[in-house]
Amino acid sequence: MYTEKVMDHFSNPRNVGEVENANGVGEVGNASCGDIMRISLQVDDGIIKDVKFKTFGCGAAIATSSMVTELAIGKTIDEALILTNQAVAEALDGLPAAKMHCSNLAADALHEAIKDYKERSAAA
Amino acid sequence: MEKIYMDNNATTAVKPEVLEAMLPYFCEQFGNPSSVHWAGRMVGGAIDKARQQVADLLHCSPAEVIFLSCGSEGDNYAIKGTADALKDKGNHIITTAVEHPAVLETCQALEKDGFEVTYLGVDQDGSLDLKELEAAITDKTILISVMWANNETGNIYPIEKIGQIAKKHKIRFHTDAVQAAGKIPVDVRKANVDMAVISGHKIGAPKGVGAMYLKRGTRISRFMHGGHQERNRRAGTHNVPGIVGMGLACELAQQSMESDYKYVRALRDKLEDGILSTIPDVKLNGHPNADLRLPNTLNVSFNYIEGESLLLFFDMKGIAASSGSACTSGSLEPSHVMGAMGVDIVLAHSSTRFSLGPNNTEKEIDFILQELPAIVQRLREMSPLYNRTSPAPLSCDECRMVSCSH
Repeated sequence: MYTEKVMDHFSNPRNVGEVENANGVGEVGNASCGDIMRISLQVDDGIIKDVKFKTFGCGAAIATSSMVTELAIGKTIDEALILTNQAVAEALDGLPAAKMHCSNLAADALHEAIKDYKERSAAA
Repeated sequence: MEKIYMDNNATTAVKPEVLEAMLPYFCEQFGNPSSVHWAGRMVGGAIDKARQQVADLLHCSPAEVIFLSCGSEGDNYAIKGTADALKDKGNHIITTAVEHPAVLETCQALEKDGFEVTYLGVDQDGSLDLKELEAAITDKTILISVMWANNETGNIYPIEKIGQIAKKHKIRFHTDAVQAAGKIPVDVRKANVDMAVISGHKIGAPKGVGAMYLKRGTRISRFMHGGHQERNRRAGTHNVPGIVGMGLACELAQQSMESDYKYVRALRDKLEDGILSTIPDVKLNGHPNADLRLPNTLNVSFNYIEGESLLLFFDMKGIAASSGSACTSGSLEPSHVMGAMGVDIVLAHSSTRFSLGPNNTEKEIDFILQELPAIVQRLREMSPLYNRTSPAPLSCDECRMVSCSH
């Protein structure tokens, strides 16, 4: 039911963990739906230098989290903000229809992390 | 890669002897048993024999056995057929919150038609309170439906005691015995059951055949209209090969029940003890007294990990198991059985079921116990809930609402 790319990112997820000295952290999802994604990132000069994820969820949730970190790294925060869940799913050659809503939140988690970064910078 | 199948509560492989017994009924003895000619006569005896074999497993008369297409059909027939036949007597049904969807959704459908249904809760071990059951009976109660054993946890329900209560109050008693039949003794007379449903593919017969015990004299409305098969109780040309297979599967299950019980239970106990003693933060789902569970079923929650991810990693090692997570149930809610037992929502998403069979080996158990800790640890390292210091977003109120609708 999953594409090869999904299974690749699921079985060999990229950028798992927490960025040390992260200056932005975002978390979305909820336990009742069975998916929680946490993205931490290090932004330097408006560019995402490092990004890592931790995810509680199904195969699709882990694969989209892994993919979003690959897509986000090296991008400016403005570029990262226009990255959509749909684009993440497409980069994985698609997700099963049932997974499109609940397990496809990785871009949202990224956006939350960027929002957190912006709030922290504004407060500093 | 070696393939290890531990999802026997989902379905079983057809036993080779069963397949062999079925084969003549495809091309050679292909007749319709309702036909008067030679081709029909050739197969009539086969149906009678199978009916006797099913009756022997359930401890009833062959005249009380009705062949069906599957367990779900039996549950639908028993409940809807009773509701319709007894609607002048009352409109109240008592069942439990942990039934198979074939019972639960049938009851929910009847609620829309004006029936009232009591869904009895269970405690944290999954046990029923029989006093609560008896107290739920009203003068409008027409049916009690309680499963013999639960498909997810393997919990065995006190069917004989419930049968006594039903008899005392003169209320019809239906049991979904799909998981129990063939694994533990199912004596419908001793248990005072009026209707019991079993399924072929759970006991080494093929998919597409089931059977129901309907106690002599039980008034029930037809569910499948059409021909006069099964003494007018179930229309539809007999699935002769399936019925033959089901009969033999029942006979084989009866023959080897004691030895299978001991063998499978020893393997299950080893797996259970091994998992609980080597992996931290694991919860057993089901009754802690293993005597009160089916010998083959182990349901455990590996905290901090979502079930589908675990199953996918198992699958990469050739291990087939199942999960109560929302992702694997095709719904957005985790298992209703875990919910009824008050299992924490994360643990419900983590629930994993191993259901063994006589084909499993100790070597397979050793392999699983060897592979499991690393898989669990790997997924835990990936989980934002593991080793967490800040509170986790455990409800929709505490975190950003996401679209959870289909």
